[in-house]
Amino acid sequence: MGKQALIQVKHLVAKYGEDVILDRISFDIYEGEIFVVLGGSGCGKSTLLKHLIGLIPPHSGQVIIDGYDISKCDEATLKGVLRKIGVLYQSAALFGSMTLAENVALPIKEYTALPPEAITTLVRMKLDLVNLGAYENHLPSEISGGMKKRAGLARAMALNPKILFFDEPSAGLDPVTSVDLDNLIIHLNKSLGTTMVIVTHELESILSVAHRVIMLDKHSKGIIADGDPKYLRDHSQNPFVSKFFNPQTAGEITA
Amino acid sequence: MKTAEDLQSCRYELSENGEGEVTLRIQGQLDVSNSAALINGLSEWFRDRQPRALIVDLGALTHFDDFGVLALVQTRRLMAEKEATFHLENVGDNVTQMLSFFHFDSLSKKPPFAKKRRPGMLIRLGDGTIHIASEFRSLATFIGAVCLGLLHVCRHPRSLRTDDTFLYMQKTGVDALPIILLISFLVGLIMAFTAAVQLEQFGANIYVASLVSLMMTRELGPIMTAIIVAGRSGSAFAAEIGTMKVSEEVDALFTMGFDTVRFLAVPKIVATVLVVPLLTLFSDLFAILGGLVVGVFMLDLTVNSYVAQTVKTLSLFDVFFGLSKSAIFAFLIAWIGCFRGFQVKGGAASVGESTTSAVVSGIFLIILSDAIFSVILRYWG
Repeated sequence: MGKQALIQVKHLVAKYGEDVILDRISFDIYEGEIFVVLGGSGCGKSTLLKHLIGLIPPHSGQVIIDGYDISKCDEATLKGVLRKIGVLYQSAALFGSMTLAENVALPIKEYTALPPEAITTLVRMKLDLVNLGAYENHLPSEISGGMKKRAGLARAMALNPKILFFDEPSAGLDPVTSVDLDNLIIHLNKSLGTTMVIVTHELESILSVAHRVIMLDKHSKGIIADGDPKYLRDHSQNPFVSKFFNPQTAGEITA
Repeated sequence: MKTAEDLQSCRYELSENGEGEVTLRIQGQLDVSNSAALINGLSEWFRDRQPRALIVDLGALTHFDDFGVLALVQTRRLMAEKEATFHLENVGDNVTQMLSFFHFDSLSKKPPFAKKRRPGMLIRLGDGTIHIASEFRSLATFIGAVCLGLLHVCRHPRSLRTDDTFLYMQKTGVDALPIILLISFLVGLIMAFTAAVQLEQFGANIYVASLVSLMMTRELGPIMTAIIVAGRSGSAFAAEIGTMKVSEEVDALFTMGFDTVRFLAVPKIVATVLVVPLLTLFSDLFAILGGLVVGVFMLDLTVNSYVAQTVKTLSLFDVFFGLSKSAIFAFLIAWIGCFRGFQVKGGAASVGESTTSAVVSGIFLIILSDAIFSVILRYWG
C-alpha cells in the first residue's frame, strides 16, 4: 500500500455567510486508510464532509481528490471524480419509492453496460455483503434504521468507489448494530482496499476502526490533533483531545 | 500504482483447440472498469460456437473485485446454457479469497430473486374494497376530529393558535387576491362578450349585466375562487403536513401532548373559511367590472344603466347564498388538504401523491357540493 495522498485539503476556509466554520485547514488522506474526522458538536465536521464531496464549494483553498481540484475542474471532470466516491448519508438517503434492489441497481444500470441478468446477480452480491439478501424487494419504509444504513452502504459501494464517505455511520444505531457496521467497514477496507473517510464522534467506533484521525476544534476552527487514535488517547498533551478520548477522567486532567 | 490508462488494461485471449476446448486467459485487472466489456464480449464470441469445455486461466490477473466475480459467474452461467464444463485455473490467493467472500460456488445456483408476485384478481378486489372502506373510515374519523377541534376552539377561543391562523389567512387570502382579481375580471369580460353576441340580436344588450352578475354571484364566483384556492392552498396544506409527517414532526407534536389535528388542521381550516368568502366577494365585484367594461365600450351601455340593471337583478339572497356556498367550499378544501397530508406514509413520493390527491378530491368535492346546493335550491328556494 503506497503512501499516496488520495485526498488533499489545502488551506480550506469554510464560511456560512460571515461565520467562519473552518479556518485554513490542511490535511492529506492516503490511499487505503480509514480516516476519521472527529470533534464535538458544532465544530464543522459535517461542513468539512460536504466540502470533501463537493456539495459546498470552498470559500477559499483547495480540495483535491485523486489529482483533481474539485472546486475548479469542469463539470465532466467533476462527474468523473464523483464516480470514484460513494457516500453513506446520515439518514441513508435511500429513495423511498424504490425497493432496496432498485436503489442499489440504479447507479449500476446508469454507469455500466452489464446485461440485466448480471445486474440482478451483482445487486444480490452487494446486498448479501451487507446481510440484506432477504430484503431486496422491501421498500426503505419497511425496514429498520440499521438496515437502512446497511442498504445505503450497499448503494454507496455499488460501483466499487475508491473512496467511501460516511456521515455519522453509527448515529441512531444500537451498540450491537453499530459494532456490526464498524466490522463491515473494516472488512471492506481490507478486502477491497477502499479508502474510508468517516465523520463521527462515537469513541468506541473511532478506537476500533480508525487508522488515523484528525480532530477539529470549535474555538480555533482548525485541526488540534492528527494521528493514531490510541496514541492520542494515551499521550496527547492537548487538554481538549485527552478530554475527548478520556471523558471519565477529564476532570483530573483539565484541573 | 494504478493510473487512469491502465484501468482499461484487462486483456483477454480466447484460444480454441480442435476438441472444442476453449481457453480464456485474462490478464491485468478484472474489475468495475471492464467486467461489462468482458461479459458482453464473451456472450458475443460464444453466440455461434458450441464449446465442450471452458478453461479460465487467471494466472496473469493483477486486480480482482466483485465485478470480476460477477464476470466469472456470468461466464459460468453461459457455459451451463451451452452445456459445457467450466473450470478455473491458476487461481491466486487473493482471487480465492474474493471468490469465497462472495460465495462464488453457490452464487449462480441460486435462482434470480423472485419479484413479488402479483396476487390474484379476487385478492386484489378484496384488497381494494378493504382499502376503500378503511379510507371512508379514516375520512369519518378525521371529520370527527376536526369537528371536535372546532368545537373546542368555539368553547375556548383562546386555544386557537392565532399567529398560525393569521399567517394562513395571509397565505390563503391576501396572497391569492391578485390572481383571483385578474381571473375574475377576465371571466366577466369573456362572459359579457359571449352573451353580447347572442343578446345583441334581440336588442337585449342590457341583459348582459343581469347575466354576468347573477351567474357570477350565484355560481361562478364561489366555484372559481374555490378552485383557485384548492390549487394554491389545499395542495400546500397537504404538502406541509405530509412533509411534517415524513420527518416525524407530527409524531413529535403527538408525544408532546398536542392534539395534532387541533394544532395543525384547525388553524388552516378556520383561516380558509374566514378568507375564502371575502375572496369570493372580490371575485364577484371584479367579474361585474369586467362585464361593465364590455358593456360600456362595446355595447354602448352607460355605466349608470349597467349598474342599475345589476342592482335590479341581484337580490341580497343571491349574494349571501354565493358567499355561504364559498364558506362551505373553503371548509371542504382545507379539510381534504389536511386529511391528505395526515395520510402520508413513507417518503417523498407519498407527499407528491397526497398533494395531487388533495387538489383532485378538493375540486371534486367543490363540484359535488355545488350540485347538491343546486338541487336544494331548486326545491326550496
